[in-house]
Amino acid sequence: MKKEFEAISKIIENNKRVLDVGCGDGALMEYLKEKQKNDVRGLEPQKNLVQKCIAKGLPVIEGDAEKELVQFPKKSFDYVVLSQTLQAFFNPEEVLEQLLRIGKKTIVTIPNFGYWKVRLHLLFKGTMPITKNLPNEWYNTPNLHMCTIKDFVNFCKNKNIKIDKSMCVTDEKISEITNKNMSYKNIFSQLGIFLIE
Amino acid sequence: MNTEIKNIKKIIVDQALALDCGKIIKNFPVAYETYGTLNKNKDNAILACHALTGDQFCTNINPITKREGWWTFAVGPGKAIDTNKYFVICANVLGGCMGSYGPKDINPETNKLFGTTFPVITIRDMVKAQKYLLDYLGIKKLLSVIGGSMGGMQVLQFAASYPELSHSAIPIACSASHSAQNIALNELGRQAIMADPNWKKENSSPDKGLAVARMAAHITYLSKKGLEEKFGRKLQDKGSLKFSFDADFQIESYLRYQGATFVDRFDANSYLYITRAMDYFDLEKQFKGNLSLAFKENKSKFCIISFSSDWLYPTIENKEIVIALNACGANVRFVEINSDKGHDSFLLDVPEFLKTVGEFISSTYNEIKNEKRI
Repeated sequence: MKKEFEAISKIIENNKRVLDVGCGDGALMEYLKEKQKNDVRGLEPQKNLVQKCIAKGLPVIEGDAEKELVQFPKKSFDYVVLSQTLQAFFNPEEVLEQLLRIGKKTIVTIPNFGYWKVRLHLLFKGTMPITKNLPNEWYNTPNLHMCTIKDFVNFCKNKNIKIDKSMCVTDEKISEITNKNMSYKNIFSQLGIFLIE
Repeated sequence: MNTEIKNIKKIIVDQALALDCGKIIKNFPVAYETYGTLNKNKDNAILACHALTGDQFCTNINPITKREGWWTFAVGPGKAIDTNKYFVICANVLGGCMGSYGPKDINPETNKLFGTTFPVITIRDMVKAQKYLLDYLGIKKLLSVIGGSMGGMQVLQFAASYPELSHSAIPIACSASHSAQNIALNELGRQAIMADPNWKKENSSPDKGLAVARMAAHITYLSKKGLEEKFGRKLQDKGSLKFSFDADFQIESYLRYQGATFVDRFDANSYLYITRAMDYFDLEKQFKGNLSLAFKENKSKFCIISFSSDWLYPTIENKEIVIALNACGANVRFVEINSDKGHDSFLLDVPEFLKTVGEFISSTYNEIKNEKRI
């Protein structure tokens, strides 16, 4: 399993109700359902992926998070997970508000635009960075609102969103982000993982 | 045809059924057909609910009409609803004309044909009649209850009335409350029948009116794009317009054929009763304006499916069901299938749809098996 999913599943306790927003082919949902007995639900905009999930027996509804999240009642999930998609929304601020409304806790992961390879790419090549986590060209990228680990932490501070846990993935290793190592992690980590409420 | 109808499978319900209209019926027939074999655990049964003009003969050749069953694409050996694996039950709805109690039957009080003196039936009444059949067959819990259009309404009603009786529910291309547009279209059909001078005349049937009703309804089952692709402005067996009111265009000829063949197999009064049942269907109202309450604490797995070109039961109406299910935390999945074939998509060879249905049922079945093993 991806390191990211490993980190997410470690945060979520057994037998909890979980909504995976943008669940893709349901890989994380399957893991949570089978290994941790979580009661999982998914939301996914791509029909073919929704069909894959249904074939696996996963309860996934087709829909766009920017329109569909409003239908879920307040605090109806123990955890809401948003994996690497916040930057792709037209209005990430509103999506985040919805996630926090629906979930008792929310797990958000972001591809870190402050990663050193991204910085060097722009600095030396002078073109928009393309990395393993950000594989698209500027003209076809779904990512409209890229941010760094620091940006996201600052955003949460400004919005009075409580960060319960900050983690990052650095070269396939999971570690904690602290105030002390923030600047370092912001350069060397590909991915930020945050538990917020 | 009547002698043949007498030979089809049916149960006689000897209990009294209190209909929603207030009347009570008893000793009434529920005609049905089954496909596949019920296994020892009796956990592989699927109840398929038919739509407005369907009947219990969902697959193979219908022994009465000699035509293919209405769900031949979906039901059969190796198909999405695999009769090698599952036991498929399909009942003719109350008010229907294929052997279940309906306006073609004799009123025991007057010894005359019911006709329009038959009590008005609702979707809930139809579902209650199906419950008697399941009891008769000894099925305590279905693997799935499935149906499209009015069949989907029965699925929703079944889930609301008997939340413990099915592991899964698959309402397809339907809505929880019949829309004004759909009531209007049904009324158009009924008025066509009632405007026919042969309606209510003894020993005659309003074939012209029923044919017009079917033609109008048939248009609503297709999509504009589908019509363009299949017919366009193509002419029927002629090189140029004839400046008359014959069927110049292929689409006219097609609709006339649909109307003409329909009257051979369907009863006009049944058409009135069944469309009325659809119009009266309002699950939201049944649950005091909160559709979520219809599915509260329901542990079934729901799979809602709509079609992109269906304007009769558009995706937005199907999604209202999804929203209500989500609001009460139900186990729900939903997908809109891309198809140009309109509302009729659920009856046709739409591979993505059939695949989704097949895989969902099979995953549900496997899960039940695994749970039992544990």
